[in-house]
Amino acid sequence: MADISKQLTEQVVAARDGGHKLNIVGGGTKAFMGRAADADAGTLSVGEHSGIVEYHPVELVLTVRAGTPLSDIETALDEHGQALHFEPPRLGPKATIGGTLATNLSGPARPWTGSVRDQVLGVRLLNGKGEHLRFGGQVMKNVAGYDVSRLQAGAMGTLGVMTEISLKVMPKSAASMTLVQDMAMDEVIHYMNSRSAEPKPITGACWVDGKVYLRLSGAKSAVEATARKWSGEVLETGDEFWQQVQDLKHEFFAGNDVPLWRFSVGSTAATPKLDGHWFIDWAGAQRWYRGAGALSDMEPLARAAGGQVSLFRGGDRHGEVMHHQPEALKSIQRRVKNSFDPDNIFNPGRLYSWL
Amino acid sequence: MTTKPSVSKAELAEQFRSFIDPDYVITDSETMKPYECDGLSMYCEMPLLVVLPETVEQVQRVMRICNEHKVPVVARGAGTGLSAGAMPHKEGVVLSLAKFNRILEIDPLARTARLQPGVRNLAISEEAAQYGLYYGPDPSSQIACTIGGNVAENSGGVHCLKYGLTVHNLHSVEMVTAEGDVVTVGSDALDVCGMDLLALMTGSEGLLGVVTEVKVKLLPKPEVARVVMAGFDSVQNGGDAVGGVISHGIIPGGLEMMDSHAIVAADDFAKAGYPREAKALLLCEVDGTVEEVDEHIALAEEVFRKFGATSVRTSESEEERAVLWKGRKSAFPAVGRISPDYYCMDGTIPRRELANVLLRMEEMSEEFGLRVANVFHAGDGNLHPLILFDSNVPGEFERTEAFGSSILRLCVEVGGCITGEHGVGVEKIRQMAVQFSDDELQQFHDVKAAFDPAGILNPGKGVPALKFCQEYRSLEHKQHKHEPTEAAHG
Repeated sequence: MADISKQLTEQVVAARDGGHKLNIVGGGTKAFMGRAADADAGTLSVGEHSGIVEYHPVELVLTVRAGTPLSDIETALDEHGQALHFEPPRLGPKATIGGTLATNLSGPARPWTGSVRDQVLGVRLLNGKGEHLRFGGQVMKNVAGYDVSRLQAGAMGTLGVMTEISLKVMPKSAASMTLVQDMAMDEVIHYMNSRSAEPKPITGACWVDGKVYLRLSGAKSAVEATARKWSGEVLETGDEFWQQVQDLKHEFFAGNDVPLWRFSVGSTAATPKLDGHWFIDWAGAQRWYRGAGALSDMEPLARAAGGQVSLFRGGDRHGEVMHHQPEALKSIQRRVKNSFDPDNIFNPGRLYSWL
Repeated sequence: MTTKPSVSKAELAEQFRSFIDPDYVITDSETMKPYECDGLSMYCEMPLLVVLPETVEQVQRVMRICNEHKVPVVARGAGTGLSAGAMPHKEGVVLSLAKFNRILEIDPLARTARLQPGVRNLAISEEAAQYGLYYGPDPSSQIACTIGGNVAENSGGVHCLKYGLTVHNLHSVEMVTAEGDVVTVGSDALDVCGMDLLALMTGSEGLLGVVTEVKVKLLPKPEVARVVMAGFDSVQNGGDAVGGVISHGIIPGGLEMMDSHAIVAADDFAKAGYPREAKALLLCEVDGTVEEVDEHIALAEEVFRKFGATSVRTSESEEERAVLWKGRKSAFPAVGRISPDYYCMDGTIPRRELANVLLRMEEMSEEFGLRVANVFHAGDGNLHPLILFDSNVPGEFERTEAFGSSILRLCVEVGGCITGEHGVGVEKIRQMAVQFSDDELQQFHDVKAAFDPAGILNPGKGVPALKFCQEYRSLEHKQHKHEPTEAAHG
């Protein structure tokens, strides 16, 4: 629980002066994501840079150092009946808010309550020149300057070291209930999307092993009234089920032998015809697939479904693991990277081989 | 950043006319006149010429030609912006997207709409209504403003606390780059691999690309919406009551506050039955399922009474809800009636600072000798002070600008920002130096150069040249010490 931003700045400046590269590490729980870290690069540990800087429950705004563990944040919010509505996957007890934003990871409520990127209001960022910069702020509406804060979502630390993050937080739902029923995979896409189009308090819709799970959260009266109207059995262990989904602890995700692919696609698209197992979340917008294959074979399937694919875990981490980018976007991303990190210090090759 | 264009007006027009309908390449000042400003008409400039392409390919060719000759390009939607972001460049082209006005597709199951950038904001919800859907962000200009402009400004509205800004309601944006390439950022999904360029594009005020197509999210229309109106005898109590509602776990669809000047002006105008003696008025709208709204409305009424509301009234019908909102929605024209001119400011503050900020604004009002009325998106902290002035009185607009500048400085000082939803444009470019350091501003310039190496897209807007910032900071500092009182008497 300390402010070590000065030390971090010195390390960045030293790396720049010495021509070294740096792998940015928070809690280290997402080391399996992205391409393999550069073995020749040094480590920049942000984990010690933790603690709540400001929290005003009535403002619905929280500012924390980037190395703060998600569990510390959740404990502090819980005391005031609030929560992170993007339900961050807790990939381990040390998982930090910085890593969560860098990888843009959000849980099952994401289509309805927004992603981590959606809730970000501001960041402090150390760029590759060792400048400690502040973007965005601690208010919900702020259009001064480019949205550099949200740009960090999914950048995997390639643009700089986030040191501080301001987030919008929300009240916890008063009540929640899960409905479960049997359904075939080819029917479930239409079903989940139809339910999502109703003005009801839905905050979760996923399908696995021939069953569809819908979660309702909000005012107790609204949750109960909706549950009475909709089909499905009430799942008494609903909260546990959604926690497993949120933390990728459901048995579908177990084991490292079979690669785990993440298809981020249009919610109504047909599921690609592939041998292997599927876990459909986000009412169809996020589909997990377990099976062997090459990224180049998966990409056309994802594109046909209106989205992109990444090799989330396992498989070859030395080749590309993120969806191919068209030339014009490659060129823009290289130049954006260069504008923040001209000496290519941060997380080289972690996102793409060419970045 | 731009150097002198290497082509004459006549040559440029001729090149454009070779692939664009000659009627849509405008070069005479009379026809160009309506393009000289946007919604902030104090700032105007005549462009070199105006071009209205009809296809994406034409936009690409315009961009390639302008990029080659270093000709500035200012993209324009409906021109309703309030920060002079669409004010022309005198050596540049105004690229109007007015011909791109078609709703291309509504997908009711996926809850999306694919739109050309010139589609009006309100038209999206009107078209989606047949499916029980609507588009969330509703800036007050929604009857006229276009979705392309909304992307450029990251427009908000009165429902931001619950439903977010434009950036939260987009799937993808197709754009033409400064170099004439067509790229799509985002997808039909909820995210894409890598850095979030869609977020970066949103609110970039036409400095990074020209939006040619937008795919937005649509939301199911809530079953019901009801509004509670509460009057308070102090701004402090009103502000505290807002915090009280949120502390009770209610996230209102809309939560608006007006000060005593705005209450009286709006009530005179709209005959909304507002408590005219109140120092602060809250309109708290709760939407959702019937059950949830009933539960939360009862709770909100209780909270308002607990926080000392002097009057509480809840809409019992759609008609009554419309009447209660009418005053707030007509607050700007209402204020326009009590003063020859008004200037609408747009800062955001942490809500807890509201009473303090309004008090200090009253003091400034005395110092500058100008009246100010306040409307406030209380849920998200976005404050719109309306400074009343008369442009026919010499020096009064200059004093208004100085007053406005002091307000924005105050917003930054209390932990807020210089613009919540209107954008920086030309209007607030100097105040960028108050909110950001030189290193931060340089980083913005570097990001801009990554998209637009020649610096042709909307030059002179959004981010100030560093050489002026130091000068401005010291000038502002001096002004704050001495000038207001002198100006008020001068």
